[in-house]
Amino acid sequence: MSKVRVLVGTKKGAFVLSSDGKRKDWEVSGPFFAGWEIYHVKGSPVDPNRLYASQSSGWFGQILQRSDDGGKTWAPAGNKFAYEGVPGTHQWYDGTPHPWEFKRVWHLEPSLTDADTVYAGVEDAALFKSTDGGANWEELAGLRKHGSGPHWAPGAGGMCLHTIILDPGNTERMYIAISAAGAFRTDDGGKSWKPINKGLVSGTIPNPEAEVGHCVHHVAMHKSRPEVLFMQKHWDVMRSDNAGDQWREVSGNLPTDFGFVIDVHAHEPETIYVVPIKSDSEHFVMDGKLRVYRSKTGGNDWEALTKGLPQQDCYVNVLRDAMAVDSLDKCGVYFGTSGGQVYASADAGDSWTPIVRDLPAVLSVEVQTLA
Amino acid sequence: MSGSGASAAIRVILPYHLRTLARLEAGAGGEVKLEVSAPVTVQRVLDALEAKYPTLKGTIREYGTGQRRSFLRFFACEEDWSHEPVDAELPAAVASGREPLLIIGAIAGG
Repeated sequence: MSKVRVLVGTKKGAFVLSSDGKRKDWEVSGPFFAGWEIYHVKGSPVDPNRLYASQSSGWFGQILQRSDDGGKTWAPAGNKFAYEGVPGTHQWYDGTPHPWEFKRVWHLEPSLTDADTVYAGVEDAALFKSTDGGANWEELAGLRKHGSGPHWAPGAGGMCLHTIILDPGNTERMYIAISAAGAFRTDDGGKSWKPINKGLVSGTIPNPEAEVGHCVHHVAMHKSRPEVLFMQKHWDVMRSDNAGDQWREVSGNLPTDFGFVIDVHAHEPETIYVVPIKSDSEHFVMDGKLRVYRSKTGGNDWEALTKGLPQQDCYVNVLRDAMAVDSLDKCGVYFGTSGGQVYASADAGDSWTPIVRDLPAVLSVEVQTLA
Repeated sequence: MSGSGASAAIRVILPYHLRTLARLEAGAGGEVKLEVSAPVTVQRVLDALEAKYPTLKGTIREYGTGQRRSFLRFFACEEDWSHEPVDAELPAAVASGREPLLIIGAIAGG
């Protein structure tokens, strides 16, 4: 029988939540790396026992952990993330030049074809790659050295590269997103990059239709249609049907289109999920109600999913890497909150139950579907 | 000991999270013993510490610059050595192993 393993990164450690295919009874293990911020944990699609975790701390910096037994035991891998050459400067909050400084790894994306190859998206924004299981890291500097680099600026959470999407049909193509520079695409395995922000409109920047400067919060793709992308921008839910060359807004009837997460159903490429957040001034859900919104039409027409979710006195946030889907039938959907709850739906969002209620604030959620 | 090139067992006390990372035994009180040849300086002690516990690389001093991470402090014989040159000789009591070099994390954050 199939199993699922939910990998949860929190502000004070990592947790592994396991269940069988029914997704009803859960075993909770952890905390791993207790007391450390775990920005992301993700497993290799090639070898599901190979997990990578980003462990960081304001005191002690960045540690990169690796497990070869599905999260039972861990060992530190390499933690040296050195920018290639002279790092140069990007824009600071006040518009002045500020030197590029490594702070932490936000997102780890294991290769689709090799368990020892993994990509890391870091703050200050850059993309690194390891081909030896995380022991050594090399920057794919073509991204940072894109001519727009000196004009990139941090969002409120820092200048982070938080999204990495690998095209399953084209090993040379990859998408990344940076707050607050925007989305970029490579078609040559990471050597050169192109901003893909046409159609994004951000009223809070001097040129609302600038090539870069957009605060992209997250991007999602269905593996069967790698040219179709869905984006939760700071404000606005967006869609591209041509690999990011052009975007159009699909916020439709959402009660607010600010938010962080966005994800796609495992089997229905037009079914997408977001969690609307009231505003960028109040980072919690609207009206005290935790509602996932689902569109079965690729955007514009949205329905609120509320069964099993708190509908009063709830003021949590759901961060950009804190939603994931499994590939069982029916598709399971999972998300974690700033209040430490991890909710699961075993019926594609129709109903929800909390797996855990009282973890530290959740930073990331990933799911592995195991044979 | 000064400048003699002789080696002494230096005592270093690590903060909690680095004890865990280095996988020190719980009963050790966060103390590690290191062989460091004279002159005994912060830099040479940290070099020896990272050689014995490679997982601590980058956690006390930054890669690249070698700078002390800003939320950490070094104390020796009840004095703050955080802002002393890293190649300054530590007190004789530390060099002889009578007193430890303390690496302390700032009491800050949430």
